[in-house]
Amino acid sequence: MQITVTINGQERTADVEPRLLLVHLIREVFGLTGTHVGCDTTHCGACTVLLDGLPVKSCTMFGVQADGRSVTTVEGLQTNGQLHPIQAAFKEEHGLQCGFCTSGMMLTGAALLEHNASPSDEEVRWAISGNICRCTGYMNIVKAIQAAGHSMAEEPAGAQA
Amino acid sequence: MLPARFEYHRPETLDEAIGLLKEHGDDAKVLAGGMSFIPLMKLRFAQPGHVVDVNRISELNGISESDGWLRVKAVTRHNEIHASDLINSRYPAMGAAAPQIADPIVRNLGTIAGSLAHGDPAGDWGSVMLALGGQVVARRSSGERVIPVEELFVSNFATTLEPDELITEVQVPNPEPRSGGAYLKLERKVGDFATVGVAVQLTLDDGHVKSAGIGLTAVGPTNIKAREAEARLAGSEPTDDVIAEAAGLAAQAAQPMSDLRGSADYKQHVVEVFVRRGVARALEIAKGA
Repeated sequence: MQITVTINGQERTADVEPRLLLVHLIREVFGLTGTHVGCDTTHCGACTVLLDGLPVKSCTMFGVQADGRSVTTVEGLQTNGQLHPIQAAFKEEHGLQCGFCTSGMMLTGAALLEHNASPSDEEVRWAISGNICRCTGYMNIVKAIQAAGHSMAEEPAGAQA
Repeated sequence: MLPARFEYHRPETLDEAIGLLKEHGDDAKVLAGGMSFIPLMKLRFAQPGHVVDVNRISELNGISESDGWLRVKAVTRHNEIHASDLINSRYPAMGAAAPQIADPIVRNLGTIAGSLAHGDPAGDWGSVMLALGGQVVARRSSGERVIPVEELFVSNFATTLEPDELITEVQVPNPEPRSGGAYLKLERKVGDFATVGVAVQLTLDDGHVKSAGIGLTAVGPTNIKAREAEARLAGSEPTDDVIAEAAGLAAQAAQPMSDLRGSADYKQHVVEVFVRRGVARALEIAKGA
């Protein structure tokens, strides 16, 4: 089936089998391997991407369902080589250890900050409760998301993606 | 994991979807949120020849009240229900259940009608609908019928829906004055299936319980309506003794199995505790309403 997906702002077309999962469309057809496959059972959130701005688990959606829609992966967070505030904050606050969950964590965090710029500890933990960090480095992940919120609030509107 | 091959259909209207279900019958399955269906396809427990994706049918989206009913269209997501002021203010059992389903990301896609049609005894909406007296509207090419949720579940993952029927709407009667509700869920961790869940809905009248609804999650082959417990509450003054008796009756109605989430005895005990807490919470809301 012929599909067109806007991925990280760029329109891409592909001819895929309907049974191809969105995560495999992203990784294997579009070659964007920043989105990870963790559990492959909708639990871990490593494969989280934004579909029209909302976090979804791309292992539990078919690629054809993204036809005509907009997908943001971790590769789409940066703008012209400038890290997105959430990426900068994960770096600054040591928000990752092995890094496997990180792309999902950052996308979920970025989506949270879109509607809540200064979330409490509890609000962050609630928002990322569908993303598992097997290194258990949650303390710094929470800090990083909050720090990103602060830096986004300080920057003039529209300065980030 | 790669599901078996299937033909993908993406109707944009309800009529088109109904037509596809008629054409392919047993060989077609409806894809809504996909949060249970796609995992089943990946495990090859489900291998439909045709998948009818109803996510782009705009008629199937929205929450409203009219003619005495709350109407939640089939493809309304759990998170949309969680965010609805109408539901949180008037249907507290639903408002309490929505944010306890799966995890926040799954709730962005999972739908209320998909959950009911899936017929999982560990599904949360089934119990809530049993407590609230909810019903679903099922449509097929020959017409439409209303199925009370009490008559929807047959056994594990088996419902009275016909293969060519599509749930278009979930309906809940408008609450009477002085009503309240609650949903309590025990899970080992976020995203796990319920160990036990209990939904309660109550209406008060002059210090007496006018009507009561109690639904149980994950303690039997289907969601269970705890009828004897409901009957114990209805017409009575909700004293601690009455509530305790009703909770005991609800625990007796539960038919849990021992598994990795707990022993049958433990789950029965949790039902009893949750009915007591759920009734207390529902009363608190009803008194303030």
